[in-house]
Amino acid sequence: MVRKVIEASEAVALGVKLSRPAVIPMYPITPQTHIVERLAEYINDGELDTKMLHVESEHSAMSAAVGAQATGVRSFTATASQGLALMNEILFIASGMRLPITMAVANRALAAPINIWNDHSDSFSVRDAGWIQYYVESAQEALDTAIQAFMVAEDHSVLLPAMVCLDGFTLTHVYEPVDIPSQEEVDKVLKPYKAVHAFLDPDNPITQGAIGFPNAFMDLKKDQHDALLNAKNVIKESNWIFAEKFGRGYGDGLVEPYMMEDAEYAVVALGSVCGTIRVVVDELRKKGKKVGMLKIRVFRPFPEEQIVEHTKGLKGLGIIDKEVSFGQEGTVYSEIRSALYDKDLTINGFIAGLGGRDITPDHIRKVFDSLDAEKRTEWLF
Amino acid sequence: MIEIRIHGRGGQGAVTTGQIMAIAAFHDGKESQTFPNFGVERAGAPVMAFARISDEVINLRSQVYKPQVVLVLDSSLVEAVNVTEGLKDNGTIIINTNKTAEELGIKGSFDIHTIDATSITVGVFGKPIVNTPMLGAFAKVTGLMSLESLKKAIDDKFVYAKGKKIADLNKVAIEKVYSETR
Amino acid sequence: MKKEMPTGGVIVDPGSTVRNKTGDWRTFKPVWDKEKCKQCMICWQFCPDDSIPLDENGKRVETDLDFCKGCGICAKECPFGAIKMVREEK
Repeated sequence: MVRKVIEASEAVALGVKLSRPAVIPMYPITPQTHIVERLAEYINDGELDTKMLHVESEHSAMSAAVGAQATGVRSFTATASQGLALMNEILFIASGMRLPITMAVANRALAAPINIWNDHSDSFSVRDAGWIQYYVESAQEALDTAIQAFMVAEDHSVLLPAMVCLDGFTLTHVYEPVDIPSQEEVDKVLKPYKAVHAFLDPDNPITQGAIGFPNAFMDLKKDQHDALLNAKNVIKESNWIFAEKFGRGYGDGLVEPYMMEDAEYAVVALGSVCGTIRVVVDELRKKGKKVGMLKIRVFRPFPEEQIVEHTKGLKGLGIIDKEVSFGQEGTVYSEIRSALYDKDLTINGFIAGLGGRDITPDHIRKVFDSLDAEKRTEWLF
Repeated sequence: MIEIRIHGRGGQGAVTTGQIMAIAAFHDGKESQTFPNFGVERAGAPVMAFARISDEVINLRSQVYKPQVVLVLDSSLVEAVNVTEGLKDNGTIIINTNKTAEELGIKGSFDIHTIDATSITVGVFGKPIVNTPMLGAFAKVTGLMSLESLKKAIDDKFVYAKGKKIADLNKVAIEKVYSETR
Repeated sequence: MKKEMPTGGVIVDPGSTVRNKTGDWRTFKPVWDKEKCKQCMICWQFCPDDSIPLDENGKRVETDLDFCKGCGICAKECPFGAIKMVREEK
């Protein structure tokens, strides 16, 4: 293990390199590009034995990932925003065929108006595509999660694709110190991919991606749903393995509580803004206020149990959404209200950070200040 | 925690300056973080990068609004943008210029350090490459990093990417700027 | 009741189309005139159901009526009028 100052995009690329995918189909898009640029360098320098495919669109990138993974090898790609939108139909095919592809999403707003900056509207628009969705806070977590995503996706009780979402620019372009595990260390936690149901073998011909008639389709979808729920345990397990081997854990893997034990008020958020929330929690704690933060690290599968558990005893909860379900409210807010519908606490929703609008400590202070009165949704401009 | 803002022009290397600053501080045993002001950069347009240096883990991920130190790579930026924005009284400004602090006419009570990095670097590289050399001035004025760590950071960033010769020239320029900064 | 399904809907027992005989979908059947046939193989190329078998010398033989759906493409494409579609009474 070495510790170096690197860009979060490079941290993702290193996590992927250490996981040694066989195929990386790629199409560049801001702010994801640095990830595949680094991977291309590793391949060019002979450090990574991987086939990189330069395809003509994100739709093709995901299609090629499906094709590669269906032959029985590990594949990875990365995208953002419009690229993810263009991949949309193939995302559902990847999960329906139960292909454990792993993808980094450098979260960026969806147009219009054209915007290259961060929010979560892209990955939330594919919330129901049947992928595991991780949201990471730091460059270190980005590296660790890139590896864990393969561990979880490929587990035989899961066999589903996984997305590692990291905030575009706000995290992708940040340089900070990162512990980089060695290949030997990663080889101990991530075994080589061995396809169990989807592979290309002339001696054992199978058909993949066939029609699912009404008498089979619904049963397959139930299996897919159950597999995504199974991922919860494997996510916890892989987080525990990392804590054990590398001394780095992120809560129980699904959520990461910060100063929640005796908290009366807390804020829930996803991704890099959690760092800024920690700073404000520290500051308010110094003033004697009983506040905390609950980071949702995995949004799909939804960690409902953990949310119920950690919010016990709270008087007020604020949910920060970096996206909005137009005509309704923030999606995280909706889902947490639903999880806590019979609990006695006020729950407020806040829409923040859309299209790269900076979320400052002042915004977070304002959230903590307004957790007593119930409002449906407030926009933090 | 010290917060730093770097002003430059697109193509001048302000973002790289931040990166080397963060790597050097890290070599001195500190925690560090740097990121560009995310814009749609064009060559020559005013750009910014931010950095944080601390003895503790840096969790804050908002932009830098109240820097303690401002590093200005090009004195023409003083007229183009408000380089003192958010800078507290007695805050530090380090600026590449052949003028004196008085001549620049920066309003407010700040600790202004000037260095003619353009002339020095023309002498070293044959052209004005001021971004990394200005870190010599930064190290001297702030004491936030040692010259040794700065040179090590230059090697990290340049030996592989641009070759040993470029890395060595940068180190020569940094040393010259360091020794001439007052 | 939910059924047990292979992961991802993979069909692990391939070749199921061989068991699913589609010949009874037919209303017209192709009748091949061996004398007129020049073995140009155009019918073999066009048949969408791979229902024109070849012998060991690569020559076409009688249409495989277990799978021929009677689409008539072979008759339409034959340059020598060696295939005629005939109403098939079952």
